[in-house]
Amino acid sequence: MNRLRAITPVLLLLAGISCGPQQERVTVLKFWGFGNEGEMVQPLIREFERMHPDIRVEVQQIPWTAAHEKLLTAYAGGSTPDVCQLGNTWIPEFTVLNALEPLDRFAGASATLQLDDIFPGVLRTNIIDSALYGVPWYVDTRVVYYRKDILQQAGYEEFPATWSGVLKASEAIQRSAAAKKKVAYPFFLPTNEWVPAIALGMQSGGNFLKNSGANGNFSGPEFTRAFTLLSEFYAKRYSPSGMQLITNLYNSFSDGVIVMYITGPWNIGEFTRRIPPHQQKLWMTAPLPSMDSLTPGISLPLGTSLVMFRESRHKEAAWKLIEYLSSVETSVRFYGMTGNLPPRRSAWRDSALASNVYAAAFYRQLQRVDPLPQIPEWEQIVIRLQTYVEYVATGTLAVPEALRRFDGEVDVILEKRRWMVENAR
Amino acid sequence: MNAAPRAAAAWIFLSPALAVIGIFFVLPVLAAFALSFTDFDIYALGNWDYFRFVGFQNYVRIFETPLFWTALRNTFYFVLAGGPLSVAVSLGTALMLHSKLARFRTFYRTVFFLPVVSSLIAVAIIWRYLYHPAHGLLNYALSFAGIGPVDWLGDTAVAMPAIIVMAVWKNFGYNMLIFLAGLQNIPDDLYEAAHLDGASGWQQFRSITLPMLKPTTVFVVMITVIGYFQLFAEPYVMTQGGPLNSTTSIVYLMYEQGFRWWSMGFAAAIAFVLFAIILAFTLVQMLLQRSVKR
Repeated sequence: MNRLRAITPVLLLLAGISCGPQQERVTVLKFWGFGNEGEMVQPLIREFERMHPDIRVEVQQIPWTAAHEKLLTAYAGGSTPDVCQLGNTWIPEFTVLNALEPLDRFAGASATLQLDDIFPGVLRTNIIDSALYGVPWYVDTRVVYYRKDILQQAGYEEFPATWSGVLKASEAIQRSAAAKKKVAYPFFLPTNEWVPAIALGMQSGGNFLKNSGANGNFSGPEFTRAFTLLSEFYAKRYSPSGMQLITNLYNSFSDGVIVMYITGPWNIGEFTRRIPPHQQKLWMTAPLPSMDSLTPGISLPLGTSLVMFRESRHKEAAWKLIEYLSSVETSVRFYGMTGNLPPRRSAWRDSALASNVYAAAFYRQLQRVDPLPQIPEWEQIVIRLQTYVEYVATGTLAVPEALRRFDGEVDVILEKRRWMVENAR
Repeated sequence: MNAAPRAAAAWIFLSPALAVIGIFFVLPVLAAFALSFTDFDIYALGNWDYFRFVGFQNYVRIFETPLFWTALRNTFYFVLAGGPLSVAVSLGTALMLHSKLARFRTFYRTVFFLPVVSSLIAVAIIWRYLYHPAHGLLNYALSFAGIGPVDWLGDTAVAMPAIIVMAVWKNFGYNMLIFLAGLQNIPDDLYEAAHLDGASGWQQFRSITLPMLKPTTVFVVMITVIGYFQLFAEPYVMTQGGPLNSTTSIVYLMYEQGFRWWSMGFAAAIAFVLFAIILAFTLVQMLLQRSVKR
């Protein structure tokens, strides 16, 4: 018995060697998935392998917090995977590195992928200098979650379509809460988030950068208008100006301390789980209000794409995987597993999505999303913006002064870009 | 025996170690120093035409970066609050373990030393649970005293103190052992003499223990300060430098600039500025120590 146990590893090794030659024809693809998706994709990958016996996919799961640096170091070390999921705001950076394979020739020849079926605003985030570098896998945008009952009490049957309407509703809600001696922050705009500020900026005309993206233009008229509107919510105490006051978003929402809040699709699941059952009928989602007469207001085209790396030696097989994962059927199943919203409009006709009342606002919103500036430094810039949101929220700096200083910081970040733009002339 | 062959033999024996130090220490440091005068970044990584030597521009830029000043302030906060606290806790536990009244000394010595040898990442994850605003043990304990839930790692005012407490807990065991060794080196007859003269416990501590521990204390303070200036893993695991950069240390800033934004030249310059700060601190400490001796 003991002897058998001792030679077992040897037997297994021999068995492994003897199956070796048979497996030689199998193409091995490396797929990197991040966070929850990296785990949830596994059953889909197994099915893909059943459909393509000649392809084996090795999935590596990487936490979101380490994903960016892992990809950069993999690129520097020449060990990028074949296929990987990539937040669409990261695509500009990896195209600057020349790390991604343009996908136009694959997409053009594909029988199942119809690019015009994808939400146009989201698709545009994958196109850089008119070449396609990614195929949207799931989409994400930001809408308003709100308490229907409280807005009704304030006299609003429908969610206000404009920001001036939202300000009026906030005033009414705050007044009636004060009459009941209750604390209310009608519109919660966290000071550690850049999304509301940037969405407002896009609605007031964008123009975040000037000189071909070589200088900050946040102190320009467009963003000043947006930031002034944002600061109004803090000045009138419609939103708390620090993070300490709201320790649990869901409790505050069900207590009516918060009435409106801008957030993403993952919160459909969280709200369904965390808001008490008797209050489930009281919350709803709505597309962003607008700064002009066009509704809904513009929001952000976020989401995750599937990309192929230039270094991949199995591009045909890699494309098959991308095609499979981004297909309408797979994306509907993936929605069922994760709640991630499909990028193909035809997928939304599926009953699971069509019957979700909370998803409808996302569908409307996704028709009106505009791309963000496609420069590698963008993420670094918006993360710095949070500090200035806080400065304005707490009243430490006035809007013009805050934006002037922020532009100074942005110009330091963009120094290299400025040099490149000047040298290109 | 001739000196030259002996020296040659010594060099031959030393050469493996010197080679390792040269390749894995001296060379990278020199390379990083050279890098700090370039603008090696994401553009240069993609295309070498975008690589420039920029002289002292990175160093100038550091002082123009508001986040650097935030990080510097946070790091000093950590060193000046955490350093003395850590030394005091180490000395306190060492004194208790050294006391003749203490029982199960070996057991406690092991227990107190355990955090030092545990993996920091694992420990930080457990502390994150302890600090959890809704389900954490710490807030549960505080709720009995009627203190409302504190968002330890999410509130800008308490995030750094929370990190300090955890770091002190993690590190005090090492210094405690050094203090214990120092205490054991103090001859017993000094205490006996003091006892006969009627000195109280506190007087004995001030006039015998502290002066006799001086070399140990100097060593401990220096090592602690050098180590604490390099605060990184605790905020990296527990807060990612947040909330609102209130736990961003200089090393965390360097890491973020280097590996998150890939501004390698800039990050290298930050590394050498930190080196200069630590060097200055250590020199000041040594000078102070010398002037006290005289």
